[in-house]
Amino acid sequence: MSLNRRHFLLAGSALGGGLLIGWGAMRPRQLLGEAALLPVEAGEIALNAWLKIAADGIVTVAVPRAEMGQGVYTALPMLVAEELAAPWASLRAEQAPIASVYGNVTVMVDAAPLDEHDHGLLAGAMRWTLERVGRVLAVQVTGGSTSVRDAWLPMRSAGAAARDMLARAAAARLGVPVAEIEADAGRMVHPATRRSLAYGELAADAARLDPPDAITLRAPAAWRLLGRPLPRTDLAAKTDGSAVFGIDVRQAGTVYVSLRTAPVVGGSLAQYDRVALEARPGVIAVVPMADALAVAGRTWWHAEQALQAVPPSFDPGEHGALSSDDIFAAFGAALDAGDGSAYEDRGDALGELHDADVLRAEYRAPMLAHACMEPMNCTVRLHEGAAEIWLGNQAPDLMRRIAATALDLDEAKVRVHTPLLGGGFGRRAEPDVMLRAIEIARAIPDQAVQLVYSREEDLQHDTYRPPALARFAARLDTRGRLHAWHNHVACPSVSKAVLGRAFPGLPLAGPDKTNLEGAMFLPYAVPHRRVAHSTVPIVPPVGFWRSVGHSFNAFFTECFMDELAGAAARDPIEFRLEHLAARPRERHVLELLRDLSDWNEPSAPGTARGVALHGSFHSIVGQVAEVSIDNGEIVVQRVTCVVDCGQVVNPDIVIAQMESGIVFGLTAALYGDVRIAAGRVQQWNFPDYRMLTLGEAPPIETHIVVSGAPPGGVGEPGTPPIAPAVANALAALTGQRQRALPLRAPG
Amino acid sequence: MTFTLAINGREYLVESEPEVPLLWILRDVLGLTGTKFGCGVAACGACTVHVDGRAMRTCTLPVAAVADKTITTIEGLDDAVGTALRAAWLSHQVPQCGYCQSGMLMSAAALLATQPRPSDAEIDRTLTNICRCGTYQRIRRAIHAAAATLGGAA
Repeated sequence: MSLNRRHFLLAGSALGGGLLIGWGAMRPRQLLGEAALLPVEAGEIALNAWLKIAADGIVTVAVPRAEMGQGVYTALPMLVAEELAAPWASLRAEQAPIASVYGNVTVMVDAAPLDEHDHGLLAGAMRWTLERVGRVLAVQVTGGSTSVRDAWLPMRSAGAAARDMLARAAAARLGVPVAEIEADAGRMVHPATRRSLAYGELAADAARLDPPDAITLRAPAAWRLLGRPLPRTDLAAKTDGSAVFGIDVRQAGTVYVSLRTAPVVGGSLAQYDRVALEARPGVIAVVPMADALAVAGRTWWHAEQALQAVPPSFDPGEHGALSSDDIFAAFGAALDAGDGSAYEDRGDALGELHDADVLRAEYRAPMLAHACMEPMNCTVRLHEGAAEIWLGNQAPDLMRRIAATALDLDEAKVRVHTPLLGGGFGRRAEPDVMLRAIEIARAIPDQAVQLVYSREEDLQHDTYRPPALARFAARLDTRGRLHAWHNHVACPSVSKAVLGRAFPGLPLAGPDKTNLEGAMFLPYAVPHRRVAHSTVPIVPPVGFWRSVGHSFNAFFTECFMDELAGAAARDPIEFRLEHLAARPRERHVLELLRDLSDWNEPSAPGTARGVALHGSFHSIVGQVAEVSIDNGEIVVQRVTCVVDCGQVVNPDIVIAQMESGIVFGLTAALYGDVRIAAGRVQQWNFPDYRMLTLGEAPPIETHIVVSGAPPGGVGEPGTPPIAPAVANALAALTGQRQRALPLRAPG
Repeated sequence: MTFTLAINGREYLVESEPEVPLLWILRDVLGLTGTKFGCGVAACGACTVHVDGRAMRTCTLPVAAVADKTITTIEGLDDAVGTALRAAWLSHQVPQCGYCQSGMLMSAAALLATQPRPSDAEIDRTLTNICRCGTYQRIRRAIHAAAATLGGAA
């Protein structure tokens, strides 16, 4: 096991099969945090910032990430429970408060535009620097498929440290040497005298002890919980209506608010009829803003009805003529204008690609909305110089800072609650809805104000997955192997857009890896390759969308790989394998996929298979889709998925995330298309922003590779391969290559 | 107007305009927030409850239309079918974010009440609710599992 978290670890060595961890430069307090950080109820004792133990033995773990369906309320407590030797049934999850000990360092390190396989000096220095930055910023972000990776050492360490303290407390109580104490299923046992004490009986004594100077983490062979499909902690409440999402927050005297935002970005509120609005039943307040109008009502429906009956009008501003075609024309012009800035440039791709036998193709991907099932919402109460905010969000510390700035309050006067998220997908990393709710709450002080976006507002005022345009040129050598590869992508910078909103005033320069992630550092061997980017800002706001740049770049690159396989007259899987000699993990995924998908068996009449392989977020996923065309619609009959995500914490959650990523990506591949005309988003609700339904969802078989690699992400890597797998199957079925999403059934 | 609503075996007196959809009476007046708002146009099914045993999407269902009827929401889904479905939902680890699952369970329960052993095609036709997390194949398996449990007990 390699340890490169040097800020956290100076010493890491194998001992007795386990992993000995000295705290090194990082004091225990910095890693384990202060127990006093955790709010406790009667009978609960916190042993550090990550866990508390109740008198009845219930262990509550502070989860520093948001539960948005991806299973962090289960996977992260499993890390603690393993080392604590607590029975799984005694574990509970609770949202961690805001504190620097919970900061996400991994997401910062991942922001570097580096090849995951580059372990050179420069790459190492860059990662080390970013890790230091990450520790200082301590941003509590849920995203980038980093939750398990970031928690992997700290949360196991927290469990191990607590176990050590409980063992010492037991030794003292029983009057025996601590070396004779064993932890077993929530009890500290002294086998020689057959005496034992439950954790709940020991927690108070343990809390008075110092954390250990060093801890030993269990060796994988000794794991009792990690790697098992343990049941999730959050599901019972999600089957009886008791789970509380942000939209379910109910405070005494809440007023419910609906909103109309200027349909054109940069537009402004022109006219509204306050008297008529106030005369509508159930209307409590009318709040005009520069670019929007809000109505507060007795129920949300009363507010929304008033806006429907007495709609405001808006001036479009300068972007009232914008169309999707304009955006793609600007991308095309940027690609025409020059070679862009290369993030990867090896050999002499441009020099090798001027001959006649060059294969060229242009691919495009549309703008997409997140369409979380829980419409965007935020509840705010401003009272006596303090703010209380309930917001399903992916970055509570950022939200608090941004709210405090907006309200000109000290951060200590702003409380941000993070209820469950009814979907996140990157949308809930954004502060826009909160800022809007704050703006409205300032006009309705001392009351809880719940702003809920209608589905129309949600779809038309998103921070969209950007559209993108890519041009490829490639040449095969005489053996049919890739000789030169040039890919030039035009799209806006997602990171700069997101960071610009999160940290207003922060100077943003330098490369943005999100544009080219999934396009650069591909695993395939190509002697001459250039992957370049042209940043083209667009008017509609763009943001993180499940798998970000991978979501379009995987479609571009894996479809073009199939085109090249066709040009080489090779089987698509064999062609890829021929370029993966130096990449055993990718090879293994593909070979397994070939077997499990019956790739070499003839497909049923009227169906065809397509493959895609894509690495993202430190995991590798291969998928084969089997498609047919039925009544003029593309039907995906079956999907086979192989994932190598390194060390698995909970295999059932990995499988669920693959299923989830595939349905999310398939919905986009078949239907997703947010279009702009006259400056306005044309889609308005689910009828015309279509979602895959149960009857359209293919059976998905997922196989997990046990690779021994460190943990990789799983929340996003399932999404990128499905669009190219389906597109490749469709090309095989119809003989026609589609180079734009969403895919269409021919004729 | 005052309406008497029979919800989950309890009677509620509600003062409301007749056209207010049941969804908002449940959520914003009575505090029964298990029933969810998803689209407002009866397209996603997150707001599904039972009205006299039938699955109804409540975001477009006026309160006046349900005044004399028996209403069951997710909070009150505790009959044999509901219990079997919940158990299957847990054993198949169906929910992810969970937001659509109240509506899914209510739709599934109404299906099993009329069709104790539904085919895949019947599930496809009935469960038209939207889930963004992609829990669909687990929902299908859990419905079949609950049907088997109920059939075995009969």
